[in-house]
Amino acid sequence: MSEIFLGQTSDFAEGDYRIFAVDGVEVGVFRVDGDLLAWRNHCPHFGGPVCQGRVFNRVSETVTAERTTDGLCFAGERHVICPWHGFEFDLRTGRHPGDPRYRLQKIELSVRDDQVFVRLP
Amino acid sequence: MNKIDRQPGSPHELPKIGIRTDTRDILAHAVEQSRELADYFVVDIDAHVTETAFWSEVTDRIDNDVIRHMAKSFQDRVGAPPGLLNIQAGMNFQDVYGRIQHQAQLAEPTPTGGPHRQTILTQRAMDSMGIDRMVVFPTPMLTLGMHPQPEIETALGTAFNRWLIERVLPDDPRLAGMIYLPFNDPDGCCKVVEEFAGKPGVIGFTVTSTRYKPVHHNDYMRLYAMIEETGLPLAFHAGFHWGDESMKQVNRFLTMHAISFAYFNMIHLANWVINGLPERFPRLKMIWVESGLAWVPFMMQRLDAEYQMRTSEAPQLKRRPSEYIREMYFTSQPLERSNLKLTEATFEAINADTQLLFASDWPHWDFDLPAAITTLPFLTEQAKRNILGLNAARIFNLEVPKHKLTSPASPPSAAVTA
Ligand code: FES
Repeated sequence: MSEIFLGQTSDFAEGDYRIFAVDGVEVGVFRVDGDLLAWRNHCPHFGGPVCQGRVFNRVSETVTAERTTDGLCFAGERHVICPWHGFEFDLRTGRHPGDPRYRLQKIELSVRDDQVFVRLP
Repeated sequence: MNKIDRQPGSPHELPKIGIRTDTRDILAHAVEQSRELADYFVVDIDAHVTETAFWSEVTDRIDNDVIRHMAKSFQDRVGAPPGLLNIQAGMNFQDVYGRIQHQAQLAEPTPTGGPHRQTILTQRAMDSMGIDRMVVFPTPMLTLGMHPQPEIETALGTAFNRWLIERVLPDDPRLAGMIYLPFNDPDGCCKVVEEFAGKPGVIGFTVTSTRYKPVHHNDYMRLYAMIEETGLPLAFHAGFHWGDESMKQVNRFLTMHAISFAYFNMIHLANWVINGLPERFPRLKMIWVESGLAWVPFMMQRLDAEYQMRTSEAPQLKRRPSEYIREMYFTSQPLERSNLKLTEATFEAINADTQLLFASDWPHWDFDLPAAITTLPFLTEQAKRNILGLNAARIFNLEVPKHKLTSPASPPSAAVTA
């Protein structure tokens, strides 16, 4: 399939994301620490619109040298949360943080002359 | 509602999903999945209304002037829970702190002047998921059985029943309700059966399971006999209770919800069987709702083992407990699927082909789609049709439309003999 033009790089603000449908394929484009990442808007759980969900930092829990917990905290990784049932996926790896059987489908994205293109499957 | 642009090669932007997103947009991907269900009869035995979003319509229907006044007086207070309702710790945890927006609230616009807003919200979900008939239960009222004032349970439960059949069900004959029984008040339950049995849209009765009541107590025998006489099923609808003494040692909603939703049904089912109620009410159809299924084979084996050694404590039984349990009905959601071998064994144990009823639990965070059943690799085509709707048609006496198939279009291929 040919490349699809989605917009200028300036159309994708840091920390934000946009979701597009083209020819029956849906793709989410996320700006994470300057990088643009594209994932298919299809959750590996039951096909939910994962990229239309909200983005949160991963929740972590610090364990001390004495094996006690220091409580919950936000880690640096950004997760997109599928809005249907809440499965979380790391926006850089596409992986569910606790179950490797579930991962997002990567969409090839390229930037040329500040223009953003995706190649749909 | 946002339509996806089908122009070739032209990208169309889709919305981020929030509380104001149209249900049809949230479930747009379910529409694609539902196309394969076109000739299935799909009955959803457990979906939910959000009665507190229309609370004054409910409390307007309280008979007693004083109790109605009490409910109204609460309602005008800023930040107060809906009048008289015992909102539980944990109710607000369900949306995973903003991660699952359809659980937080369905705040989408709906047209005025036509069907009730709750009916429209429910219709949007049904149509998106390919569901033909939907049974709706309350949401916050699932824990009303823990209310310290039994007379309030009776007043609110009865008012809810009226609201459901007067405001929500009449606008769409595809909707149905299983009437709320104020179980802390056995006589009140009997009055509810008298008032609501035979009303349009009423297809059964519900005990909300979150409560501390011995279901085998003699006080309830008149109620069970009345329900048996109606021919309508009796459902025990599970719920959670973080205030339960055992649950107070659990620090995460996840853990509490996983255990608590099965816990009360485990107790009620055990009491039901060991006290011989299936022998006393052989025609009463029992449905256990929203505890998933994994607990059932556990209960079957545990009770069988103990019964075989302590038969004298269950003298009314003529068979093993598991044999009575296999004749009961169970709803499928939330279906445990992380180990499909266990899921398959569970289906075999409960005789799912004839006893299991599909349930979505929409709009809650752990809802199931019909695909939770259609994608199970071990089910025959006929079993899928039975579980998704034909079992419900049989139990609730529902008419299957002519264009829906009651058996697979092509016969299963001949059995291979070794
Ligand atoms: S479909 Fe995405 S979490 Fe279930």
